Amino acid sequence: MKIIAVCGMGIGTSVLLKMNIDQALDNLGLEGDVEAADISSARGAAASADLVMTSAELVEQLGDIDTPVIVVDNFVDQAEVQEKLQQGLEL
Amino acid sequence: MSNDVLPVSAIRFKAEAADWREAITISGDLLVASGATTDEYTEAMVKTVEELGPYMVIAPGFALAHSRPSEAVKRTGLSWVTLAEPVEFGSQANDPVDLVVGLAALDHDSHIQVMSKLAGVLANAEVLAQLRASTDPEEIRAALLGD
Repeated sequence: MKIIAVCGMGIGTSVLLKMNIDQALDNLGLEGDVEAADISSARGAAASADLVMTSAELVEQLGDIDTPVIVVDNFVDQAEVQEKLQQGLEL
Repeated sequence: MSNDVLPVSAIRFKAEAADWREAITISGDLLVASGATTDEYTEAMVKTVEELGPYMVIAPGFALAHSRPSEAVKRTGLSWVTLAEPVEFGSQANDPVDLVVGLAALDHDSHIQVMSKLAGVLANAEVLAQLRASTDPEEIRAALLGD
């Protein structure tokens, strides 16, 4: 399973989100590869991913992609990240 | 981890900011003051919000101000700014903002340890509330740099 955490630059907020997705996967007992990506490389990265997670502001800029996209409001709320992850993966 | 990542000179409490631009500029000026960046990086942080929107407001009241690695970044650095009055960034989910952490990164990897520490602090509501109310720079440094 591959999940992309998207932010504008790929160094700040997506890194925090990636860390929390890693933790959520761990909590759920799932194996997964989580990658932080900036908005310009996210479309390409998303093509080979199972799920994209990002903020409401960046969804529009991602444009039309075939991979499911889940919006996270609070990147550091472990409970929300885990819930959205389950929702996105239809667990 | 080097303590230079967040020196006392990069920490400010109850700063006066009229809007999000001023709030980000203060966080950028602190990165400059502590030797992590040049003024160009501060301008780039403001431009990032102008171009991509307030996505860096990632938790209630919290903005992680940053831009991309560039020549304007001299070393990995953080700044910590609490605001006297919260400001609107235009974030639907998380406005208004009363805490801005400035981040300067040299590349995509060298600041991961710092980020991991920051993620731990942000994820713990109790610790975060305490730091938000703190006016002791050493308390902030201990939380973000300590073991």
